[in-house]
Amino acid sequence: MSVTRYHSQLRQSAAERRAETHPLTWRLRDDGARIGLDEYVDKDGYAAVREVLNRQSPDDVIATMKEANVRGRGGAGFSAGMKWSLTMKGPGIPRGYLVCNADEMEPGTFKDRLLLEQQPHLLIEGMILGAYANHSRYGYIFLRGEYVEAARAVQQALDEARGAGWLGDDIAGSGFDFDIALHTGAGRYICGEETALISSLEGKRANPRAKPPFPGQSGAWGKPTVVNNVETFCNAPAVMAHGAKWYQDLSGELSNDGGTKLFGVSGKVERTGLWELPIGTPGRELLERAGGLRDGKALKTWLPGGGSTGFLLPEHLDSALDFDTIGKLGSRLGTGLLTVVNEDQSVLSLVRNLEQFFARESCGWCTPCRDGLPWTVKLLQALERGEGERGDVELLDKLADDLGPGKTFCAHAPGAAMPLASALQYFRDEFERGVTHPPRTAHADPIPVGQI
Amino acid sequence: MNDTARTIASDGFVIEPEDRRAIEHERDHYEQPQAACIEALKIVQRRHGWVPDAAIPAIAEVLGVGPADVEGVATFYSLIFRQPVGRHVILVCDSSSCFLNDYEELRDALSAELGIGFGQTTADGRFTLLPVCCLGACDRGPALMIDDCTYGPVAPGDVADLLEGFA
Repeated sequence: MSVTRYHSQLRQSAAERRAETHPLTWRLRDDGARIGLDEYVDKDGYAAVREVLNRQSPDDVIATMKEANVRGRGGAGFSAGMKWSLTMKGPGIPRGYLVCNADEMEPGTFKDRLLLEQQPHLLIEGMILGAYANHSRYGYIFLRGEYVEAARAVQQALDEARGAGWLGDDIAGSGFDFDIALHTGAGRYICGEETALISSLEGKRANPRAKPPFPGQSGAWGKPTVVNNVETFCNAPAVMAHGAKWYQDLSGELSNDGGTKLFGVSGKVERTGLWELPIGTPGRELLERAGGLRDGKALKTWLPGGGSTGFLLPEHLDSALDFDTIGKLGSRLGTGLLTVVNEDQSVLSLVRNLEQFFARESCGWCTPCRDGLPWTVKLLQALERGEGERGDVELLDKLADDLGPGKTFCAHAPGAAMPLASALQYFRDEFERGVTHPPRTAHADPIPVGQI
Repeated sequence: MNDTARTIASDGFVIEPEDRRAIEHERDHYEQPQAACIEALKIVQRRHGWVPDAAIPAIAEVLGVGPADVEGVATFYSLIFRQPVGRHVILVCDSSSCFLNDYEELRDALSAELGIGFGQTTADGRFTLLPVCCLGACDRGPALMIDDCTYGPVAPGDVADLLEGFA
């Protein structure tokens, strides 16, 4: 059969990866097999846990993570050390929960899958360090239901770690106790939103919650709860083993952010894939590693980090891929996996596809998102068919604004607004070409009815 | 209201002892039993292929929560099926990277081969076709899942061969 089963794959061979420069992937094998407990421990695994739990205080861990400036790899880029410093702990406050967000569903993102399937012990080690810093009693790995192979790998690793005493009571003779359970989801992108994830973990509909209180104050079952992305936790062991300065130096002059990043490229390029590179590596280097566009096509535009980030142009390829630099360009680093669009592909159609995704995945909790997104899709479909009416493009401007930050309950709608607003800015002619009717003649009823 | 409750109960849906134990085991992972709700639905679905209405009060009883709490969850999550599905469920990624890699051609080839659209099941009960959020296989798009396996890239011409392996 010509179709092959999908396996996560890193594009860098073992010869290229070293412990000093590739903290996330240096242990991975070229054959892509899971790193079991013995191999992980042989390669210095759990050394950071043994050292830190016996010789450092939780506040030391937080201080090092802050100084290293490990920014949240799920897309928001919030400093993990800062987040951990805000968790409520102390006399009279119950020990809470530490949750790993492994609900990878951002369109164009396939990085956490690699770490989960091939190196789950690194995640577990990072979570133990996180639990120690946050005084967490129990951990959950919230894994999307479709990641069946990752579920197997994580469950095996949890059993191995528990059997070897890395989870449970008195970890590494330190007196610290912590355990982790695997929680698999049942679909819905909104579960990746931090507070919706907590609702889902509690066995409820995945509606987001108002902040404050922040999860660090009152999260799962009202207890202090820390939620971090897979890749974020996976950075912690090396940071604690080698120190904040080493971590900062990994990105050198490229970026103020520290460390490396799992970057990737998808779309019609010669060699799609994943690479661990210093954060701040420019998009051009990634595109070169991907061998450029397929069939000699020219690059039209690209998304820097998933479907909820803003479009960038070829002229932005030399900018550092880090949170602040991409933010200043009006987009977001997001997950750092590039989606490449070639000269023949329609941005209008791609935006319609993205907005259909966001409309379907809205939890329906607040009105701008629940009603604004299907309305957006309806307008985009009309433009795509060449049946738009005068005023539609301006109406899309207004929708992008009304769905923006601060106007909805959570970040879902602003995530949908960002590619829309940037596409309207950079590729307005594609939208305007779809306008063929005078106002209120093509689709008099703007309220969406039925299926989109 | 009481009549409705009795009607549902009288459907006589039985949770197998093995499944009940599995649900109770999951329940112990959490501070409150409601948290095991999604896993309980998945356990029932693994046995029956889908979650019939009558399973809702039965699950609620095992967890000691209200049927409405279970129903609310069972109607929210896309991987909980509330109608019968085929022996194999095909989840086709329809997100941006697959879209840019001609997912629409793959979708049309699947529809043509099976004679059904999204949300439908073949007359012989073999396949159900559904769209799914980005499968995280963007480097090998267009991608799809059949049951527990992800495949990619799947060209429209590969569809017949691929499906042949599923009875």
